[in-house]
Amino acid sequence: MTLLGKLDWSAVPLDQPIIMGTVGGMVVAIVSILSWVTLKGYVPYLWREWITSVDHKRIGVMYIVLALVMLLRGFADGIMMRTQQAVAAGGAQGYLPPEHFDQIFSAHGTIMIFFVAMPLVIGLMNFAVPLQLGVRDVAFPTMNSISFWLTASGVLLTNVSLAVGEFAKTGWFAYPPLSELQFSPGVGVDYYLWSLQLSGIGTLLSGVNFVTTILKMRAPGMSYMRMPVFCWTALASNLLIVAAFPVLTALFAMLLLDRYLGFHFFTVDAGGNAMMYVNLFWVWGHPEVYILVLPAFGIFSEVAATFSGKSLFGYRSMVLATMTICVLSYTVWLHHFFTMGASASVNAFFGITSMIIGVPTGVKVFNWLFTMYGGRVRFTVPVLWTIGFMMSFVFGGLTGVLLALPAVDWQVHNSVFLVAHFHHVIIPGVLFGCMAGYNYWFPKAFGFRLDERWGKAAFWCWFIGFHLAFMPLYVTGLMGMPRRLQHYDVLAWQPWLLVAEVGALVILTGIICQIVQIVVSIRHREQLRDTTGDPWNGRTLEWSTASPPPAWNFAVLPRVHELDAFWAHKQRVLAKQRLPVRQHAYQPIEVPKNSPVGFATAFFAVVSGFALIWHIWWMAGFGVLGAAATLLAFMFRTKDEVEIPADQVDLFDRAHPVEVSL
Amino acid sequence: MRYGLLAAVLLSAMILGGCDGGVLDPKGPIALAERQILINATGIMLAIVIPVIIATLGVAFWFRASNERARYRPDFVYSGRVEMLIWSIPLMTVLLTGTVAWIAAYDLDPPKPIASSTRPIKVQAISLDWKWLFIYPELGVASVNHLTIPVGTPVSFELTSSGVMNSFFVPQLAGQIYTMAGMVTRLNLRADYAGTYRGLSANFSGDGFADMHFNVDAMPPERFAQWIASTRSAGPVLDSKGYTDLAKPSAAVPPFTYHSVAPGLFDSIRMSSMQSDDALCQGYPTSMKAEK
Repeated sequence: MTLLGKLDWSAVPLDQPIIMGTVGGMVVAIVSILSWVTLKGYVPYLWREWITSVDHKRIGVMYIVLALVMLLRGFADGIMMRTQQAVAAGGAQGYLPPEHFDQIFSAHGTIMIFFVAMPLVIGLMNFAVPLQLGVRDVAFPTMNSISFWLTASGVLLTNVSLAVGEFAKTGWFAYPPLSELQFSPGVGVDYYLWSLQLSGIGTLLSGVNFVTTILKMRAPGMSYMRMPVFCWTALASNLLIVAAFPVLTALFAMLLLDRYLGFHFFTVDAGGNAMMYVNLFWVWGHPEVYILVLPAFGIFSEVAATFSGKSLFGYRSMVLATMTICVLSYTVWLHHFFTMGASASVNAFFGITSMIIGVPTGVKVFNWLFTMYGGRVRFTVPVLWTIGFMMSFVFGGLTGVLLALPAVDWQVHNSVFLVAHFHHVIIPGVLFGCMAGYNYWFPKAFGFRLDERWGKAAFWCWFIGFHLAFMPLYVTGLMGMPRRLQHYDVLAWQPWLLVAEVGALVILTGIICQIVQIVVSIRHREQLRDTTGDPWNGRTLEWSTASPPPAWNFAVLPRVHELDAFWAHKQRVLAKQRLPVRQHAYQPIEVPKNSPVGFATAFFAVVSGFALIWHIWWMAGFGVLGAAATLLAFMFRTKDEVEIPADQVDLFDRAHPVEVSL
Repeated sequence: MRYGLLAAVLLSAMILGGCDGGVLDPKGPIALAERQILINATGIMLAIVIPVIIATLGVAFWFRASNERARYRPDFVYSGRVEMLIWSIPLMTVLLTGTVAWIAAYDLDPPKPIASSTRPIKVQAISLDWKWLFIYPELGVASVNHLTIPVGTPVSFELTSSGVMNSFFVPQLAGQIYTMAGMVTRLNLRADYAGTYRGLSANFSGDGFADMHFNVDAMPPERFAQWIASTRSAGPVLDSKGYTDLAKPSAAVPPFTYHSVAPGLFDSIRMSSMQSDDALCQGYPTSMKAEK
């Protein structure tokens, strides 16, 4: 056994110009950002205010930044695939050899689901849920920081695989036997497994945190039926996380045992059964879809209500639909493999349950429609994302019901028709939702609005680009094109794939518009400043505090008497034609103390993950011990809160009065 | 307007896909029935989806904040009748499509034999890294990366894999089914027209996956008989040694045939993946779902 396990210089793909170029670019970017930060003297600030922060708002922002950076990486993978398929027709092999192309589509799926969609959704929940509940933080603030940094560890390991070794070549769900040692002897699958194990633990901890927060820590008077809809969807999503992620962790643990210790859970020989993996993967995988999309539905609900100047139509229906989806999402997993050869009764059962889940989803669409009905719809950027979502998503739902019909699924499963379908629900559903949320809550987080013109340009590019990129895939799917083809000989597919390539370029323009939007907004922040704390004439409690909110969120915890508490408060003020008498009896507020525990734990987690991937056993032991020691030290802490004196709260509150325009 | 674009794309999908040897251009009863279900279900749902899209645009446009004529009704947040309606519409749709799903799942169940006066021929399909092996157990021949079948005769497949999971798929003849090591899946199809159809593996199986496609030649029975005769007269023998050679990973293998096949080869391939150094596992029951 050598000191560095399987690791040596051959792990760095020096002969691959595309990879080395990318790695070079990333290294230059990271080094220049780090040196800029260091030279400007921002390190102590970053350490104090962000890295060690346990404030849910800061953690939420960091999640979103992480997700947006990874969106660039995942999108780069996507456009590389599109380009490869646009050119590799007939005898042509394109510019990516199979062993590279296979890593790219595996990384694209893994990154987009685990490191873009998940952190976006969790980040928005982190930022908005405690504010909407009218409380000062989540239930376990330090654990929240650990969750974030463990997610970041997974991200880091996945990106390291680009430079050192390789990533999985198995597709993002790593089905055995292909992902077993026999067929994938390299470190790619190990990178996949350990990255997702680390971030998976982070996600599970987040789930526990939010379930506790929502169930136990609401503002006085906020009964369940007075909770904003986004909090309901967040509750459903986190209940799903708590129930589903342990399945994934256990499943990956079994595959790791197969790969590291010669077990036979899913191997071809010795009684292993790969279909057990496939079943368990989707027992996690289907609820995962709803973990992502339910909070996005919540955002659409908030946006539709706020910008229509109306309460959400059919609030109780919406809550019922959300919780129905939450339960039903566990009854449909088999529709991911109708082609397994299960009996007709099994296929029919899961086909029908999959369609039934479309009922509450359909109800939601109608509820948004009736929310706008009789409203005064302001066509802001979040509203554009919402309407764009409604128009596309119903069509994605249509193809979803087609795939739920076993007899149709056999014809289009594993094809690019399927690829088009799930992009058709995840991009308009999850991504558009998160973009709406990002534009909606940005002024709350930073105190100034995002530029509208660039925001609208970004929306139109995404909307048009999305349809150009994915509608052609329905066509080629029906023409019999399977997914994950490195090259193909059917020339009739090529024109469609060229259109898809153009679509990807239009999406790229959309992404550029978003980057410009943020730059322009920062430059014009004084004109875009939100001084009232309520830039959209909002309805829920997050708009009743300053933008950005102080560390303690609310000087005095709000009392809630009905749904849309802040809106009702504003209506009462308007009715009385005078502002309520300001209350001056401020109490000192305890806020959780910053902690480097999350960062340190994640550091050791990365060390052990990397060591386990490369079989460097001493280093793995060091990492595990380090993480354990960090957590142990944390448990023996003597002080975990800081007191904000009453006059500081008073001072802040006077400087940031909540204005209700009379 | 945007939806017009989508509809146009879908419509052209239907037409172009139809001309091009895909799912919409079936050449056998199974694929034909599957296409019919696809079209019926799409029709049922478009009846809901198109009005919803139009209504979304219409409502959003009419109730724009700048429209003085639109009535602002901030209290319109609950209506029993509307609730009733919006739960019923998707429910009814699902009732309809659910019934279609249920009936079709039984009617078109892949293992279900096709009713026919002609006796079906048996084909055993094995996916290997990265090619397809087709054994005709009753005729004693085999072919690689090429499937020849008689027109109008049902073909009854038994499928397995040498290792990695693949999916056997001839879009113009029938839906796909997985091939899994140690397990047998079954599929029945029939070609009603002579022709060459594209077959492929639909499930990603590694570096050579892109070349894992094959042609299916459906020919009149008399020509099929000639093909069998000529195949029997030449080519290598497929015994366990020949199989071991074939099983070595290779991609884009040109089609060829075996003039004879060792009896019981398919079962031994399936069983070989059940073998183990652990004596206890020898008697491991092969009670896989697919086997039923």
